[in-house]
Amino acid sequence: MLKNIIIAVILIVFAVLFFDLFMLYEARTGLTGIAQYYAQNGAKEVGAANLVTSIVVTYRGFDTLGEVTILFVAASIISFFLKLKENDESKNISSKDTTEILVTASNVLVPVIFLFGIYVFINGHLTPGGGFQGGAMIATGVALMILANPNIKINTQIIHWVESISGVGYVVVGIFGLILAGGFLDNKITGLGEFGALFSAGAIPIIYSFIGLKVGAEISNILNKYQKSQKND
Amino acid sequence: MINTEYFTLGHISLLLGFILIIVGFWGILTQKNIVKIILAFSIADAGINILIVSLGYVIGKTAPIIDGSVVQKAGIDVSDSIVDPVPQALVLTSIVIGFGVTALMLAYAMKLFTAKKTLHINKFNDLKW
Repeated sequence: MLKNIIIAVILIVFAVLFFDLFMLYEARTGLTGIAQYYAQNGAKEVGAANLVTSIVVTYRGFDTLGEVTILFVAASIISFFLKLKENDESKNISSKDTTEILVTASNVLVPVIFLFGIYVFINGHLTPGGGFQGGAMIATGVALMILANPNIKINTQIIHWVESISGVGYVVVGIFGLILAGGFLDNKITGLGEFGALFSAGAIPIIYSFIGLKVGAEISNILNKYQKSQKND
Repeated sequence: MINTEYFTLGHISLLLGFILIIVGFWGILTQKNIVKIILAFSIADAGINILIVSLGYVIGKTAPIIDGSVVQKAGIDVSDSIVDPVPQALVLTSIVIGFGVTALMLAYAMKLFTAKKTLHINKFNDLKW
């Protein structure tokens, strides 16, 4: 009883605070500060049509490197936690038979999902999308494969190689920026190209492709660990 | 009489964010199943993300992507036709970190389930005094 009252009090205090903030809110009528600088100079300096991409990959590129690292650390801790015993590796996952609809749909859809994920991260500098979104889409394809066939063997070697190569490639492109252009992860190592074309905005499509592959591989790795951890019971 | 002044896009998304945060906190505090608690964390997370994006809203402006609807020319100042791109970039980071935290919590939940064969939070009373 006392516990319920405390919970109610906490929630009501939050509600009152939020209500106050809501009543005080006035929508903004213009950009200020750093946002205005990005809006004025983003297209000229970076050459990407999507200003969010130019902030994420170039102006705040170092943050994104940290973000990819956080995802990598999360994947590593999950593999550490869900490590199987030697004799569990060969066991099968006991599950009900999956329906034919799911199996057929996964055969048809998985390549299309992979292709769409690749499209999304290659066009990250032009359309709403990017490396993280595209990588998450690729991992959805892997999730569909696992749902359709719970005992499927996912080739972990490929996942590890893709993850390592794209991670190293991301940092190498950043170091090229240090040598050939203004600083770490600067995208002007090649020309900026024609604004709005696929091959424009310097190194952004390359960096975002590396991020997309890395994120896709990491999430697939996490899904693979979840799948394998079903073996031990 | 309801004040129609609060029916703008900014107000509605702000209200949605606040409601989702409170629903998430309610779930974290009251639910007994660990998976439901993790879901409640995700709901609160989504609320916070909506809140941050709605704080970057500027009345009557469009998404920060320079195409036909804004101005189709490099080097042109678009600061009077787009919403604030910085909160959107921050939310991208926030979503990814939220994903990592959720995945980690689910792995812990799996580990807890193999230890006690239950996910009821009251059964995990080893640290209680």
